[in-house]
Amino acid sequence: MIVKELTDQLELQIAAGEKGLSREVLDGYCGDLLSDVMGRAPEGCIWLTVQGHQNILAIAVLREMAAIIIVGGHTPDEDTRQKADEEGIPILLWPKSAFELAGRLWAIIGKK
Amino acid sequence: MSVLKKTFHINKKDFIHAGEASIKIKNLLKSLNTDPKLIRRVAVCGYEGEMNVVMHGGEGFLNIQINTGKILLNISDDGPGIEDIERAMEKGFSTALDKYREMGFGAGMGLPNMKENSDHFTIESEKNRGTRVGMVFFR
Ligand SMILES: Nc1ncnc2c1ncn2[C@@H]1O[C@H](COP(=O)(O)OP(=O)(O)O)[C@@H](O)[C@H]1O
Ligand SMILES: [Mg+2]
Repeated sequence: MIVKELTDQLELQIAAGEKGLSREVLDGYCGDLLSDVMGRAPEGCIWLTVQGHQNILAIAVLREMAAIIIVGGHTPDEDTRQKADEEGIPILLWPKSAFELAGRLWAIIGKK
Repeated sequence: MSVLKKTFHINKKDFIHAGEASIKIKNLLKSLNTDPKLIRRVAVCGYEGEMNVVMHGGEGFLNIQINTGKILLNISDDGPGIEDIERAMEKGFSTALDKYREMGFGAGMGLPNMKENSDHFTIESEKNRGTRVGMVFFR
């Protein structure tokens, strides 16, 4: 499943990084503590977080993530969007809680 | 393969660019066909090291040396140093300010993760004498 398909299915808003919409989503991860995410997020994952500052891109690039979803109505900073465009990593927005989205994502990509 | 050495400067308090040296290292290791698992370990350590320099340290450097059998990663800064290294190494211990915790930093997992992800780990620091972290990864 590629990011674009998930974005359509879940009606996620695309905030930046359109170039990367064809990236393959292999797994998922939830976390707002950056050391935890850096240490454990699986490769090719879609990452659910409330953090919107630019440093999340460094983590996404280093962990080779498919995309970032900023949940709970939080929004990315302008420099975060720019960096996402540069790196080609999509930033998607979900207005409600991470819980519901994680459940829906699990139903789509979680069962391996 | 001959020895390859690179040095990156880490600017004090520069959260915007922190992590970029680690991204460059990752790309370099990838271009050298390094084992992906090893790349991840080096990336975790580089990132945490860079973050510590910008969040707690001062002006810093990240040095990497890629040899046939091993990779050496050294990260140093001229900041305030660490008074109690044993405490700093405890999982969950952090002196990060609230404004950084709100950003998701300050989990107190950086140094423990660096130790776990490297084959050999050393840290040397003294109050007002800066901090030097050294890591070795075997291939
Ligand atoms: N380069 C450094 N200079 C000064 N203090 C440091 C440095 N690196 C780590 N420390 C101290 O060690 C503590 C633990 O570091 P770490 O495990 O990375 O957790 P965190 O960065 O989340 O606080 C820090 O909170 C800080 O007090
Ligand atoms: Mg740290």
